[in-house]
Amino acid sequence: MSAILRGHASTVRFLFGGSVVVVLLGVLAGTIALGGFPVGASLQSLVRGSIGSPDALLSATFVRASPLLLTGLAVALSFRSGVFNIGAEGQLVVGAAAATFVAIRAEQWLDVWTVPVELAAAAAAGIAWAIVPAWLRRRFRVPEVITTIMMNFLATFLVSYLVRGPLQEPTRVYPQSSTFAELARIPTVHPMVRLHWGFVLAILLALFLGWALRHTASGFRIIAVGVNPRAAEETGRIDVDRLTWLVFLGSGALAGLAGGIEVGGVTYALYDNVSPGYGYTAIAVALLAGLQPVMVVPSAILFGGLSAGAAAMQRDVAVPAGFVEFVQALIILALLAAPHIVAFMQQRLARLQAVEQQGAR
Amino acid sequence: METLLTAFLASTVRTATPLALASLGEGMCERAGVINLGMEGTIIAGAFGAAVGAAAGGTVLGIAGGALAGLVVSCVFGIFAIWLRTDQIITGTAVTLGALGLTSALYRVTFGTQGVALSIPTLAPLPLPLLSSIPVLGSAFFSQPVLTYIAFVLAPVCSWFLFRTRTGLIWRATGESPEAVRSAGGRPVQVQLLATSLSGLLGGLAGACLVLSQVGTFADGMSAGRGFIAIAVVALGRWHPSGILAASLLFGGSSALQYLFQAAATAIPYQVFLALPYMMALVVLTSGRRGHAAPAALGGKLENSLS
Amino acid sequence: MTDSALEAIHIVKRFGSVEANRDANLSVGAGEIHAVVGENGAGKSTLMRVLAGLFVPDAGTVRVHGRNVTGWDTRRAIAAGVGMVHQHFMLVPTLTVAENLVLGQEPTRGVRLDLAAASESVNSLCARTGLRVDPSRRVDALSVGEAQRVEILKVLYRGARILILDEPTAVLSPPEVRELWTVLRTLKARGDTVVVITHKLDEVAEISDAVTVMRAGETVGCLRTQDATPAAIARMMVGRDVVLAGDLVRHGDHAPGAAVPDVARRVALEVTDLVVARPRQRPAVDGVSLVVREGEIVGIAGVEGNGQTELIEALAGLRPTEAGSVRLNGREIVAFDVRARADVGISHIPEDRQRRGLVLEYSIADNLILGLQHRFAHRGVMQRDRVRRNADRQIEAFDIRPPRPDVPARALSGGNQQKIVVAREMGRDFSVLLAAQPTRGVDVGAIEFIHARLRAARDGGRAILLVSADLVEVLALADRVAVMYEGRIVVTLPRAQASAEVLGPYMTGAQRGAKLS
Repeated sequence: MSAILRGHASTVRFLFGGSVVVVLLGVLAGTIALGGFPVGASLQSLVRGSIGSPDALLSATFVRASPLLLTGLAVALSFRSGVFNIGAEGQLVVGAAAATFVAIRAEQWLDVWTVPVELAAAAAAGIAWAIVPAWLRRRFRVPEVITTIMMNFLATFLVSYLVRGPLQEPTRVYPQSSTFAELARIPTVHPMVRLHWGFVLAILLALFLGWALRHTASGFRIIAVGVNPRAAEETGRIDVDRLTWLVFLGSGALAGLAGGIEVGGVTYALYDNVSPGYGYTAIAVALLAGLQPVMVVPSAILFGGLSAGAAAMQRDVAVPAGFVEFVQALIILALLAAPHIVAFMQQRLARLQAVEQQGAR
Repeated sequence: METLLTAFLASTVRTATPLALASLGEGMCERAGVINLGMEGTIIAGAFGAAVGAAAGGTVLGIAGGALAGLVVSCVFGIFAIWLRTDQIITGTAVTLGALGLTSALYRVTFGTQGVALSIPTLAPLPLPLLSSIPVLGSAFFSQPVLTYIAFVLAPVCSWFLFRTRTGLIWRATGESPEAVRSAGGRPVQVQLLATSLSGLLGGLAGACLVLSQVGTFADGMSAGRGFIAIAVVALGRWHPSGILAASLLFGGSSALQYLFQAAATAIPYQVFLALPYMMALVVLTSGRRGHAAPAALGGKLENSLS
Repeated sequence: MTDSALEAIHIVKRFGSVEANRDANLSVGAGEIHAVVGENGAGKSTLMRVLAGLFVPDAGTVRVHGRNVTGWDTRRAIAAGVGMVHQHFMLVPTLTVAENLVLGQEPTRGVRLDLAAASESVNSLCARTGLRVDPSRRVDALSVGEAQRVEILKVLYRGARILILDEPTAVLSPPEVRELWTVLRTLKARGDTVVVITHKLDEVAEISDAVTVMRAGETVGCLRTQDATPAAIARMMVGRDVVLAGDLVRHGDHAPGAAVPDVARRVALEVTDLVVARPRQRPAVDGVSLVVREGEIVGIAGVEGNGQTELIEALAGLRPTEAGSVRLNGREIVAFDVRARADVGISHIPEDRQRRGLVLEYSIADNLILGLQHRFAHRGVMQRDRVRRNADRQIEAFDIRPPRPDVPARALSGGNQQKIVVAREMGRDFSVLLAAQPTRGVDVGAIEFIHARLRAARDGGRAILLVSADLVEVLALADRVAVMYEGRIVVTLPRAQASAEVLGPYMTGAQRGAKLS
């Protein structure tokens, strides 16, 4: 774990991760077969739905990659500083709720400023949702892993209440908000595709964070704090509590923004389960990226493709999407175990060498 | 008033039962130094296993199926987090996600693509002679399904095991200092694997309890965060079995409040009541780290013999 | 003393009910090297942390160059030029030396981090102070001595002119210690003030201008080093006369086993060509053979990190071995695990008692039976009364204080914690005792006691394999002395032929001898 948390990422690592993904696709195929589904047709559908055509890429894979990119960045950033924010899911959901609120209530007088304000509100809501666990960590040393998970459930209940109460559509029939007006929607990059500018914004943010972590004093401190907080504290010039607090909130802002982009660019409405677990998949995204912001981009696209393909599979062959969640979990586990397996093999090698030397003497 | 109180107490005990089973499992696991965030996954797996078992061969097979499914999930967690020494927190989260996904998928495969509600045999209350006729408390505490009694008996058994037996001595020592246990000729890896398995078994029973004595069917994500709340319950119970049982009842009570208030105060959105246990968990955790109740080596990895 | 750089007056510092400092006083003259000595738990580290701004005292005054700075924090301490070099390094292992030094005050160009400037300023600091480290190397690739130099540089980089070093030599090899002395003298020549905590009295004589002695949280005296003798300082430290292990060695009245080890005595432990591997490095233990006979203490000397730890752990069954044989009373036990080895008569006093020897949250009574619990249980249920009786007996026999079986081990001093481990390991049937650093971090009184116990066990016919980083201790106890260097035993000598002068070159690898034994 430490190797991963210190961000020892490299192309080699990513390639390794990629090959793990390929192996696990095999596992997926096996699972599908065990479930009694036609493997060929299922995998064909998976590929067609994700990378099979320019349209699959631009209207499905990249679209699903957008929230994964932002939540993946949120997780990568927080893990790098030693904050285990598992709450991206909740922060995303409240971000979506806040953006919906702005889009529906303020679109008339915000005019062309609706989208920027919408996204700002989403980020602010993400921060607000992160403040609770961040404060509990700073003030009471409560482990954020558990509190952020609790906040995820609370976010779900909040949205459940909103879409049946204050934000429910006017006919009061469906548990969802009314659809966003044109002004409140994030424009698509081209009229023919569903891909919106939020994806571009997410990539720019990834590049910026990658640069900032490497080349600014704050980024330098964040990494140092993540590796050895006591050493940083002892310099007398780094307030570790404050720094991790700020990173926590920044992480919340990124995840909240993901929610804003999802409702503003894809769903155009708020409803229960507005996120199919993007905030949890983000953990796999960030780990595969070795917690490197720039590497989050390909990692998010890969998982976006997996998710888009899973949707196609469910649609075409009725393979439950749960199988893909299962494979995602396996990917996380494989990534976690990889350094330990390598270390174990090195240990065995050292023993063999020692024995050989002894024999030669 | 008396019937209302009885109803409240009965529903407290009913909602507390799966939480108590899961929390006892989590507590025993944490006492051995392992924080099992895969508990949520063991509960959902237990629920699924119980549904399959009960549909196939009645409630007894349901209970067995639940326990077995929970055990399997916790073994996956154990293999990674203890044997391969991966990070316990992230491993637990991943195991939970995997179990949620797999059960959801398998449910559709097993019981039809739409996942229509299946009807399975459920556990009937088992009134204890004499005790169940005590006014107010009798029907609340002593007219419950068998899993409730198991949970209540388990707490003192766990206490006795931890603090009175030779294995318990090593078990707790593993949670405090696995290195010292190893030096003393103990086997901390085995102890932790055992503890994890036990937590999975109890988590599976908690899931079985949800299906067999509460909901009567399986639903996606029906564990609803109980595995995570269990961690708060363990902290509130100060890592002591009887404390954990009491804390479970407290959380059960906060859930039961919704039945009590829903009729009376319709102005309050029902989501507030749903949220109550989670909010309570947040509050409870603020006191969790005070004092030295938590095992010293909790969540830590066993020293790699390389380093 | 009007020109005091650093003064502590009547400092009181409590932690809960424990008074770490009761009446601690210190006055360090500007430009001097000042040693602070005392037993473990005497309150030296606490006082230093108060001075460096890590702790706020409950009473008393701290002055720097006459200015009252009581209760300041590390930030203001650093600003005033007071810096502390910790015993446990506080470095970021994945960063380079230069990056570690500038952490917290990074040079920037605009918003960009300017690591070239960082490297340059670190280079010029190294040149000024004579401390040489390559600023571009990653900290996790440094040796312990180099890492310590980085710690000192870190403090200097922040402009410290008053340096506090907490037991800097505890982790260093003799040549590294000599280098450290050179550095400290350079700093002194620059006009800097240095405070050094130690409990090795020979170091006091070698490096310091003045020495302050602490006992039980109080300052008991302050002397000019030239006026002090080691015996006088030792007496002040413990409050009575003590037999220093070193005295025995110097005066040559070392008392070996009842009879001089006799080749005819039965071999208790026989190790042949033992190998313990390490990944990506040469084996930690590289073909060690040795013999320990009944009624003898074999001492293994050597600079730490030359495979002693791995050897002892492998013998105890805690570490897998790749090749070689281990025979106990003629029986091959190399395949046995820890418990099986304990059952056939191996006892082990581990090197790191807090991590390996004790469960700190457990009571004294429970710690005294750890690993022996099966002898205190009936059908798996603990027999509390027997555990209690055992505790009462051991507490009395080993003078463990406080003498209360139900007190958690955490509440005890280092010396008394070690007595629990020694009592447990020596209080059971054993034929071979593996004693690793048995008196490390233990106060002088307890050292005397533990040494007496080891000698008594030897005289009672037990075989003891002793590993100690303290050469004086090895020479005081052992009947035969072996030196380990880079995983091998480079020389074995009878005690009569061993001395610091003879063994020194072997310990540093300057000389390699034929295996005698």
